[in-house]
Amino acid sequence: MASSENLDSVGYIKHHLQNLQVCKTDEGWVWNQCQEAGFWTINVDSLLFAFLLGALFCFSFWRVAKNAKIENPGKWQSMVEMVVEFVDKSVKDTFHGRNPLIAPLALTIFVWVVLMNMMDWIPVDLLPWVAEQTNVHVLGNEPHTSYLKFLPTADVNITFSLSIGVFLLILFYSIKVKGIGGFLGELTLHPFSSKNKFVQVLLIPVNLLMETIGLIAKPISLGLRLFGNLYAAELLFILIAILMSTGIGGFIGGFISYMGWAIFHILVIPLQAFIFMMLTIVYLSQAHEDH
Amino acid sequence: MNVNLTLVINMIFFAAFVFFCMKFVWPHIMAAIEERQNKIAEGLAASERSQKDLELAQEKAAEILREAKGQSAELVDSAKKRHTEIVDSAKDDARAEADKIKSGAQAEIEQEVNRAREQLRAKVATLAVAGAEKVIERNIDEAANNDMFDKLVKDL
Repeated sequence: MASSENLDSVGYIKHHLQNLQVCKTDEGWVWNQCQEAGFWTINVDSLLFAFLLGALFCFSFWRVAKNAKIENPGKWQSMVEMVVEFVDKSVKDTFHGRNPLIAPLALTIFVWVVLMNMMDWIPVDLLPWVAEQTNVHVLGNEPHTSYLKFLPTADVNITFSLSIGVFLLILFYSIKVKGIGGFLGELTLHPFSSKNKFVQVLLIPVNLLMETIGLIAKPISLGLRLFGNLYAAELLFILIAILMSTGIGGFIGGFISYMGWAIFHILVIPLQAFIFMMLTIVYLSQAHEDH
Repeated sequence: MNVNLTLVINMIFFAAFVFFCMKFVWPHIMAAIEERQNKIAEGLAASERSQKDLELAQEKAAEILREAKGQSAELVDSAKKRHTEIVDSAKDDARAEADKIKSGAQAEIEQEVNRAREQLRAKVATLAVAGAEKVIERNIDEAANNDMFDKLVKDL
């Protein structure tokens, strides 16, 4: 299955896990030479697929919203309403305030992450092969310069952009609901408190340390959980693809395990999206709670 | 694995999608769902109402039927009564008519008898005169005999 003969297994894996990048260097914006570029790099493939899938979500749901029929909803409208009601129920079960943002936020996260995770089901070599053909035959570049990592949630930038977005909302609502004083109080006066003023002052740094770690852990765990699951899934698909290239026995074994792993992801893909959504709701509802 | 500009750009996408969803997707879909829920609830209430109306109407219909039965029984009774009355009065009328006809007939008969008697009387007189003429042809004067016969006729 290796797309070119001189790629060994490690090279194959590395090639598949390499993003198509464009970065700012001393010579301006360049493609695929971004080892030293640091922050000023864009993973074009992740961003492209993330954007397309997000736009797909927005467009398809917007069409339903615009043409919503009351009396006789079509099949697609019924499905969209099912998803919306599922998200709405999840939000209402957990979050008991009034906030017009949380439910649409949860819906966006859920559907977008599901769509991005679903890219995992596309055979690992299909889109990279298309990209390579395009790169070589249309753009006239060398074959080894064709990179494409088409699973956006296996890119830590994408998962962290979501979790940091949620984190900013947590900070925003914490301060909005409790005020800056209340928020700082929450960070410094819990979990250890004392009636003695002097002891209380001594406890502030300890509390601050613990609460800050707890707070920072939220976006990190949120982003890393999704990234880790999908990265591992993608990696295993790549390994199975290598197994399939090792003769007829390897092909049959690989075929079966590829299928099994794909079937297993019928569970993993929506589950990871659901966990991300649910934790977002939980964190935001904690941000609204006044202790 | 490196964190880079992708993160920031995707956060902008994220914000845009959430904003779009919040403004143009969520409220419309929720409004449609809620409107449908209301419609269904209204429909159920209406069907319950009409069920009750139906029950009431059935009760009313049964009552009307009962009343109608009573009325028809009354009607039949009065009709029977009237019938006997009519039959009785018809009998009376017939009887009276019959009496009238009978008495008329009787009067006519009497008249007829009288007339016949008159005619007979006249004929008897002439017959007697003729008979007497035959007798008297042999004798006696006519005038004296006529007196005698007139007396005889009056006695008849």
